[in-house]
Amino acid sequence: MFKRKSNAAEAASTAPATYGMMAEFNGTDEIIAAAESVRAAGYTLVEAYTHIPVHGLDDALGHKPTRLPWLVLAGGITGATGLFGFMTWVNLVDYPMNIGGRPLFSWPAFVPITFEGMVLFSALAAVFGLILVCGFPMPYHPVFNAPGFERASVNGFFLCIEAKDPQYNAANASSLLTKLGATAVHEFSE
Amino acid sequence: MQTSQPLKPPVVESYDELLGPGETYSSVTARISDIVLYPLLKTPWGWIGGFIAAGLLLMLYLYSLATLFTVGIGIWGINIPIAWGFDIINFVWWIGIGHAGTLISAVLLLFRQDWRTSINRAAEAMTIFAVACAGIYPLIHTGRPWLDYWFLPYPSTMGMWPQFRSPLEWDVFAISTYATVSVLFWFIGLIPDLATLRDRSQHPIPKIFYGLLSLGWRGAAKHWQRYEKASLILAGLSTPLVLSVHSIISFDFAVAQLPGWHVTVFPPYFVAGAVYCGFAMVIVLMIPIRHWFGLHSLITLRHFDVMSKVMLASGLIVTYGYFGEIFYSWYSGSIYEYFLIVNRIAGPWAWSYWALILFNVLIPQVLWFKRYRTNLPVLFFVSLCINVGMWFERWVIIVLSLTRDFLPTSWGVYTPTFYDWATYIGSFGLFFILFFLFIRLLPMVAIFEVRDLVHKTAHKAHDNEDHGHAGA
Repeated sequence: MFKRKSNAAEAASTAPATYGMMAEFNGTDEIIAAAESVRAAGYTLVEAYTHIPVHGLDDALGHKPTRLPWLVLAGGITGATGLFGFMTWVNLVDYPMNIGGRPLFSWPAFVPITFEGMVLFSALAAVFGLILVCGFPMPYHPVFNAPGFERASVNGFFLCIEAKDPQYNAANASSLLTKLGATAVHEFSE
Repeated sequence: MQTSQPLKPPVVESYDELLGPGETYSSVTARISDIVLYPLLKTPWGWIGGFIAAGLLLMLYLYSLATLFTVGIGIWGINIPIAWGFDIINFVWWIGIGHAGTLISAVLLLFRQDWRTSINRAAEAMTIFAVACAGIYPLIHTGRPWLDYWFLPYPSTMGMWPQFRSPLEWDVFAISTYATVSVLFWFIGLIPDLATLRDRSQHPIPKIFYGLLSLGWRGAAKHWQRYEKASLILAGLSTPLVLSVHSIISFDFAVAQLPGWHVTVFPPYFVAGAVYCGFAMVIVLMIPIRHWFGLHSLITLRHFDVMSKVMLASGLIVTYGYFGEIFYSWYSGSIYEYFLIVNRIAGPWAWSYWALILFNVLIPQVLWFKRYRTNLPVLFFVSLCINVGMWFERWVIIVLSLTRDFLPTSWGVYTPTFYDWATYIGSFGLFFILFFLFIRLLPMVAIFEVRDLVHKTAHKAHDNEDHGHAGA
């Protein structure tokens, strides 16, 4: 008994673990329907991989709306207030210059740079926020091991159920995906 | 170039569609990515020839810049009172060209115009390269370019700060923000296509190159959701940005007191002129590219038709501006404003004003007719004329106002020198060498967006049928 267990553990440490079950579908409607059914069957760790953005797929998979816009808002407020405050500080405190008695706090002249600062910081927040929330750069990911996955960036629509899902069972997942109209179903490892 | 291409699709001219007939996800992907993934040693001769020609122009540019740095800006024709010459004309001209790319990629995205899809990538590349060409002029025009970092607000040992109330300082922030945001927007747009190139390339070197650039994109639904949100936000940011950049450039003039400059209409007038010239440049670039790379089914006559309409509309705004200038010079009651117009129409440089009217107002009127909007040789010629005309517009605004302002005793004469021309013509070398590298190394059409267009077209055409047919 002990021996058998240690053998199994040894095998698990050398052979790569199963990552999940990858199924390929024909089109956008098929994959949305499949995602809904797989979620309805109780699976939670489900993700779709498509070559074009498919509208409604994030809802079907139960993905929450992204919080990226809040990050952008924070970036924009930082840029605008930061630059406006900086120009005010320079002109009032650090380097005040009396030019013919004109007001030091000439805020309308600060508007263009404030605006540009807002746009710059918002854009930086949007781009680096996107990279951050997606976990990029990540040159390797287990899904790249799935057979035929190179089509995910050309013409493929893939749906993957992760093996970590508490409900996961290779035979059940495979038969469910086949029943939902998958053209190919493969289990693949990490 | 056409003969050596791996994919030589039949030329099908489509007048009413944005896509040629029978295009699928795979066919558009192959058509665009094969141009890039073509083996290095089998690079078409046309590309090599063009690259060498651009390289020679770049040498001319580097030669004139090297002379400028060693001798000084005395090699140019500028003087007092004409302190702004070719450098500022070319700066405004190049950056105006850049604006069309942002307009196509951002404004038309917000308005959900599908026709932007197959031209936005190349137009955005044009933006970035044009901004690079433009940005060099104000930097070298300072005369001591090694001190250009003085523009930036940094805590210096001199204890001084830049003058934040000056439009020239606003320029620094506007141009650098514009360049940064354009590059970021462009790169974000490229990520899914870089993943496509990674997955399609056979050779390990391009696979690693595109693999690193694509950041590991795998098309996950969660990523697409965030990606689309970020794209929309960036488009929303770029739209006011592009308007602000050319408005701020127009403030360089409008804030000054000079006749012909000191007018409130300058911001919209400049933005319309930028769009006008930029669309003309997109057309000038797209007609040969489409021909050489056989992209007839992706860039159709419908695209040129729509772009011509935008050009005509912005051209009419510019024309309105020309009439406006004449009207308010009289209506202002200012003898200096009035004299400026008389000087433009009948002064020693009158031919340049009439060239501007010919190229920007008269010739583009043929765009009212669909027959000419879809006749590519005619359209190419008209677009070149607009590019020349818009250069003359900046010439008329800058040089004619500076040569004869208020007091005849302080009038001057401006004669461009060899180095003025060399710095202008040479900048095309920089532009085209970057453009040639772009079309060799990166997909010049946004592949995933065209696939999305294939999807939309298929769903629209066969709404009642089974949807699976679009895949291949």
